[in-house]
Amino acid sequence: MSAASLMRAAIPFAVVAALWEIAAHSGAFPPRLFPALEEVGATLARLTAAGILPRHAAETLFRLVAGFAIAAVVGVAVGIVMGRYRRAEDLLLPLVSIGAPIPGLAYAPLFLLWFGLGDTGSIILVGFVAAFPVILNSWTGVKAVKEIWIRAAQTMGADERRLFRHVILPGALPYILTGLRLGLAQGWRILVAVEMLAAVQWGLGWLIFGAREFLNTDAMLAGIAVIGAIGLTLEKLVFQRLEEYTVVRWGMIAA
Amino acid sequence: MKALISVTITAVLYEAIARSGWFAAALVPTLPTVARTLWTMLADGTMAGHAINTLWRVFSGLGLAALTGLVLGFLMARYRPVERFFLPLVSALMPIPSLAWAPVFILWFGLGNTATVLVVFYAASFPMVINTWTGARAVNPLWLRAAGAMGAGGAAMFWKVVVPGASPFIITGLRLAFQRAWIAVVGAEMLAASAFGLGWVIFDAKEFLNADIMLASLAVIGLIGFVFERLVFGSLERGTVLRWGMVRTAKA
Repeated sequence: MSAASLMRAAIPFAVVAALWEIAAHSGAFPPRLFPALEEVGATLARLTAAGILPRHAAETLFRLVAGFAIAAVVGVAVGIVMGRYRRAEDLLLPLVSIGAPIPGLAYAPLFLLWFGLGDTGSIILVGFVAAFPVILNSWTGVKAVKEIWIRAAQTMGADERRLFRHVILPGALPYILTGLRLGLAQGWRILVAVEMLAAVQWGLGWLIFGAREFLNTDAMLAGIAVIGAIGLTLEKLVFQRLEEYTVVRWGMIAA
Repeated sequence: MKALISVTITAVLYEAIARSGWFAAALVPTLPTVARTLWTMLADGTMAGHAINTLWRVFSGLGLAALTGLVLGFLMARYRPVERFFLPLVSALMPIPSLAWAPVFILWFGLGNTATVLVVFYAASFPMVINTWTGARAVNPLWLRAAGAMGAGGAAMFWKVVVPGASPFIITGLRLAFQRAWIAVVGAEMLAASAFGLGWVIFDAKEFLNADIMLASLAVIGLIGFVFERLVFGSLERGTVLRWGMVRTAKA
């Protein structure tokens, strides 16, 4: 990004920040509830230096990674099996179609009841919620592999294993990656909310929810900023990079 | 038919687990218990009360979001400075989960409807803005030039060409916005602890270990979401863009 375009992108933020500052310093709102940006910045720096914010972030990321790992492994496996075997499709597709549209958070109290407050419940919920887009996209991906590629590979003598590894898996990968991306995004959204509900000791969701009790609006806004930054990083760095290395390089989708 | 078989198998499995006695009956209620609870709540009108409250909140938030999203999206597509100003803000705010704002909104506006509606509004706005903006820019330039050559003025151009041209994207945006809003409202109701609403019922039931109420409400939430997603927005799509021949169904 050039310096000029960076400048241009900075203007709207400067305008909004200025408006915020005017509102905060005007005295129209209690400063506890509507802190000035320098206070939020100071709190952000203080919490980071004290190691509190990094620990909250680390615990949240751990839950995200653990839950997402479950979703990725189970989701891709189930999706591919559904795409390859008619029986599995008949059995599982109705269940997935019923489960997918229910908002993941609605399950949260039930999961907390079944698996307890804390890590186990929230990790399983993240995994459960993130698994749906992964399953549906992997399934679609396997179905979308061109019939002619499969027949060509079979004519050239590919056995089941090589067919899977060299034709079906690469063919379905753009869809699988999309599913993983959607799953991660959904898991992330749910995780922040479930941390508020599950009364965990550490975690960004808990940080902002707990700060409410003490009217620490500055800590809440600092936490939200970190949540936004992590969300953006996951989207831009992790998945765009992964996509560039695989499907774009193979010429399956345009960069 | 096949769907029925797989649902039956799952129900039988669940029933077997529930009756096996491995888990506390309060935590894993049998399906007849859940059905009875659902029926009682439907019959005495409590479920309807919760559902109406939740729907009211969803549609207030969604309505505001649709209005804001349409206006902002069209302005961003039409005027370059508007786009330059709002696009970076939209991209920066979009990755923040709407529920992260819930505690802040609760602090600012108190527990109850305002905070919940705002969370829904935040969740639903982004798909509306982005899709309207994309849709308005994706209108075939040939149509614009053809309409211009036939003497269409600003207003006619906008209402007769740009709006219908962008409508497939807008309707998709509305659908996405509803999905997001539906998730947000359930979460916000749990956190903002208003006395009514489907999200609140589920969360409240946890305190009393009423897993049957939870499962019954879960079924209602799923059903309402399904009805709106498929029937309402699906028929909206059929009534407008499909009828105008702008998108084709895969099966047709």
